[in-house]
Amino acid sequence: MIELRNIFQFYRGPAGPVEALRGIDLNVVRGEIHGVIGRSGAGKSSLVRVINLLNRPSRGQVLVGGQDMCALDPPGLRAARSRIGMVFQHFNLLSSRTVAGNVGLPLELAGIGATEIRARVDALLDIVGLGALRDHYPAQISGGQKQRVGIARALATKPSVLLSDEATSSLDPDTTRSILTLLQQINRDFSVTIVLVTHQMHVVKQVANRVAVMDAGRIVECGPVIQVFTQPQHPTTRGLVDEFAPQQLPGSVNARIIKLMAANEVRRGQLLRLAFAGDDSDRPILSDLIRRFGLDLNIVHGHVDEIQGRPFGSLAVHVRGDNDQVTAAIAHLRQVGVTVDAQALSNA
Amino acid sequence: MLDTFTPQLLALFGKSLGETVEMVGISGAIGTAIGLPVGVLLRLTDRDGVLQNSGFNRIAGTLVNAVRSTPFIILLVAIIPLTRLITGSSIGTAAAVVPLSIAAAPFVSRLVETSLREVDSGLVEAAQAMGATRWQIVVKVLLPEALPGIVSGVTITLISLTGYSAMAGAIGGGGLGDLGIRYGYQRFMPEVMAAVVLVLILFVQGVQSVGDWLVRRMDHKAP
Repeated sequence: MIELRNIFQFYRGPAGPVEALRGIDLNVVRGEIHGVIGRSGAGKSSLVRVINLLNRPSRGQVLVGGQDMCALDPPGLRAARSRIGMVFQHFNLLSSRTVAGNVGLPLELAGIGATEIRARVDALLDIVGLGALRDHYPAQISGGQKQRVGIARALATKPSVLLSDEATSSLDPDTTRSILTLLQQINRDFSVTIVLVTHQMHVVKQVANRVAVMDAGRIVECGPVIQVFTQPQHPTTRGLVDEFAPQQLPGSVNARIIKLMAANEVRRGQLLRLAFAGDDSDRPILSDLIRRFGLDLNIVHGHVDEIQGRPFGSLAVHVRGDNDQVTAAIAHLRQVGVTVDAQALSNA
Repeated sequence: MLDTFTPQLLALFGKSLGETVEMVGISGAIGTAIGLPVGVLLRLTDRDGVLQNSGFNRIAGTLVNAVRSTPFIILLVAIIPLTRLITGSSIGTAAAVVPLSIAAAPFVSRLVETSLREVDSGLVEAAQAMGATRWQIVVKVLLPEALPGIVSGVTITLISLTGYSAMAGAIGGGGLGDLGIRYGYQRFMPEVMAAVVLVLILFVQGVQSVGDWLVRRMDHKAP
């Protein structure tokens, strides 16, 4: 649906040219929700603006629905843009227009008649659940409601693509969730392809099918969300995943274990870091360790979460028992697909 | 003291007030008609505008500054040939409207430019993303969003013009200021001068109140 080929983008900055995008290749499949994540300044917003040519790339090719965007003349570009909806972090609603007036604006720009606009606007406001607020001004409604207006406005021209630039970044967690649910519903009901730019991992986790991780103007990692989350390859991805699923044990936990060890020299044991994704977490892996290998377990740290219905998580387990049994247990865990990182503990 | 205000003088007051309203109203309207499009062009041709053109921007900007920095009393006499060409005479109320309009236009254009600059660039971006033409961006986004600012700018202009119009007496333009000078100053009738000032204060107050009321009605930025 959207194809970016070798996109470069340079800006003239105060201290010489700035390279915002450095060789972006991205393929967004029709009907998916594709996340783009990165820290601020990574080039996410530049990237999403290249798709509807709000940023004209310095080099490279932009294909939307098979159409070469850079080759379009101004009227052609305007027509193409009206088939790509966009929602913004700061909503960008006109303060001089009511909710209905804002939603109707793209239709007005397209030269559609007043009666048809009225009917379409009412239908759109029903979709986003704001029918009762149609005559309110943006200043009179909440942030979440403003973003619903923004979404309704973006959908007015029945686009096949929706670009979301940090649409939930200035909203509280509850509102974020409801906006994401709305985007998911739109993606499903109207088969709109969504490109979701965000710096928040949990946003990608909740709704995206695939995700591209950006760093310094490049896509450093791209793939299905569950894969990128559970097997992060690039340091940037690891850093982002770390924020809500720490890869390293917090220092306080380490200190506590060492203290425990010191108190009981006889039973040192090992610290196992277990990471699992997918169906494994439905299996009784921990009770396996206890029953089959006769080990003592103490869960010292961990979390279990799910991405689109598939569980994943990581646990830090302090294991004590016969050394051979521990080795056998580790082999067993690896065999069932759990990633194991074993660490002998000593009270040295 | 009250016997100073004879029916004849009161009639003269009425006539002068009418002349002031006429001069301020007409030149305000003409000044806005010229200043509004110039202000829009100044904004659009600026560096981050949708019609970026630094050459035009610099020339128009310099012209606007030149007129604005010319003292009105000098402008008044300097453009007498132009005034005569347009109105057929260099004296009278109609003749005063020409320099007043010329003084008002660049003033309005800067105020319009400033109001447009205050419109969030995100709104322009959003309109572009919807596929808006430049004309649509101006008419559907920039002007409606800047309207409260433009109206308060026009209000300020009308008030400045009221002050300027007092100088128009120098070319026989009439008006309250002229009345105050001729009767109050030259004929040693301070009570007439005081009355003129009082009427002008009320006039300006009225213009400001109407302007504020309009802005309040149009501005939806606050809940």
